[in-house]
Amino acid sequence: MKTPIAKKTATNKFKFPKSATGIQGLDEITFGGLPKNRSTLLLGNTGCGKTIMAMEFLVNGIRWFDEPAVFLAFEEKKEDLVENVKSLGYDLDSLISNNKIYIEQVEIHPDEMVETGKYDLEGLFVRLEQAIYKVGARRLVLDSLDKLFYGLDETILRSEFLRLVNWLKEKKITSIITSEIGDPFLTRKGIVEYIADCVMILDNRITNQISTRRLRIVKYRGSVHGNNEYPFTIDENGISVYPIISQVVQQQSSSERISSGIKDLDQMLGKKGFYLGSSILISGTAGTGKTSMATSFAYSVCKASKTCLYCAFEEAPNQIIRNMESIGFQLGPMVKSGILIFYYARPTLQNLELHFMAIRKIIMEIKPSVIVLDPITNLMTEGPNSDIRSMLTRFVDFLKTMQITVLFTAAITVGSIEQNPSDEGISSMVDTWMMVQDIEVNAKRTRSLCIMKSRGMPHSNEVRKFEISSTGITLHPIIEEKNKTLADAKRTAKEHQNLSTSKDSNDIKESTR
Amino acid sequence: MSEKIRNILVVEEAAKGVEQKKYVLRLFVTGILPNSARAVINIKAICDEYLKGRYELEIIDIYQQPDLALTEEIIAVPLLVKKSPLPEQRMIGDLSNLERVLKELGLV
Repeated sequence: MKTPIAKKTATNKFKFPKSATGIQGLDEITFGGLPKNRSTLLLGNTGCGKTIMAMEFLVNGIRWFDEPAVFLAFEEKKEDLVENVKSLGYDLDSLISNNKIYIEQVEIHPDEMVETGKYDLEGLFVRLEQAIYKVGARRLVLDSLDKLFYGLDETILRSEFLRLVNWLKEKKITSIITSEIGDPFLTRKGIVEYIADCVMILDNRITNQISTRRLRIVKYRGSVHGNNEYPFTIDENGISVYPIISQVVQQQSSSERISSGIKDLDQMLGKKGFYLGSSILISGTAGTGKTSMATSFAYSVCKASKTCLYCAFEEAPNQIIRNMESIGFQLGPMVKSGILIFYYARPTLQNLELHFMAIRKIIMEIKPSVIVLDPITNLMTEGPNSDIRSMLTRFVDFLKTMQITVLFTAAITVGSIEQNPSDEGISSMVDTWMMVQDIEVNAKRTRSLCIMKSRGMPHSNEVRKFEISSTGITLHPIIEEKNKTLADAKRTAKEHQNLSTSKDSNDIKESTR
Repeated sequence: MSEKIRNILVVEEAAKGVEQKKYVLRLFVTGILPNSARAVINIKAICDEYLKGRYELEIIDIYQQPDLALTEEIIAVPLLVKKSPLPEQRMIGDLSNLERVLKELGLV
């Protein structure tokens, strides 16, 4: 009885051999990379980034793992290929002259191919062997299969492809084979998926006129892998995949506190302010002082010589700096000294995920202790709500693992306060939620602030008057009339409601008559 | 020699060439794999029957000369290349489809 148990634990320790791609994020979702000494099929439509991804796999292999490579190009000319990846900072020329990579250009002229009987692709194998031998290759890319399949007999190709995959396995070469996806191509025949050990699909989708590249692992023999679609970008640093792996387990909860930058607010929050590494939401209607509060927080963080990243999605940084000067926050010098960093982008510039990726990149570079997103609701227009919520959750998780305090502001419309004060459900995932509102006190429009929730600390339940002056933000208790006025305000609202409902019922009555 | 006569001579010369076209053929094979072996037998038979005395056949084993696989851009084997008469032509397969081969070589 004991032996099988022992055996099982032994197999659990077995780690599927993998070949790291060195592509940011991809190694995370594949838990280590592509299957070693096997073939991976990379499917996708034109312009999805197949060639780039394949090339990055090779170049990273050379750079970091000292694994020389062969690139078998069916589609592009060698010179074009070298030129194209130059923009990603890859100097293929020097790699070629150092004998680290061998680019073999294969030209197929289907119209010249007259078939006179049985044949095989042994010629291709001979060439491959030559190329592999020249550099001592450990990695190989075949880009793309369609060009090869086009014009040649399918039954022959099918068996030859199987032979190729097995041959590469024998040679202990980790390979990526790219191919188009869809009806007129071979995936229809289902040839390739069955043969390859790992299949990934790249996709370039357009939702609301914004295009996002996505990657999905369809299968991975012998290994677990992330099942979702992961967004990825291609920029001057190459490809980055954004892993949607929740890192809750690794989160640490700090009991350290950080000041909100408003003395009176700290008092309301158990006299100490926010928890370090927590998430904070300020929601409120337009013109209630959300940005001012956010800036005040950023300002106090920077004053304490900690780095802050301010992501502005509405106002340009210069405008924020100018406006905040009027209430006593001199942000200009902080920006100059590099302690306050602005990220400014129009929400419509790209997909929400890509914004997060861009922000994530900056975070990894500068490691700020605080990040402000102002306002988060502007990003919300860029996709269906459920997506946004899951994305925000992941983002908050990520920030928590990094121990970064995050402050969101959310603009809500007056009408939506009652129906949906929680702003697309973000409020449930944040640790501290404050609401700023305009109320009427003594026939005056007055800004008010209340703490809706604050996890893990005693907090005031008062509605405070909130004043913005040239020296900053202060909070005051609302003096005695407030109770009455608040009640008044509520009564008025109720009356108004009654009025409208009664009117509605009248209408109904009239129509039924 | 007048211009006219010279032209006539050129035309005659060309006509002569058509009759006695010399075929330069190259057959690329991979060792003695079945397809390759069949192709060798087939091409020899075709040459003997249709091109007797006016052909030049070179059989190249790319296992022995792998560099040629690169320079000749070979993928599928066996590959028959007709270097001359022009235009150059490439045929893949073991040459068992005689009709097709003859047609492509311009022998029917």
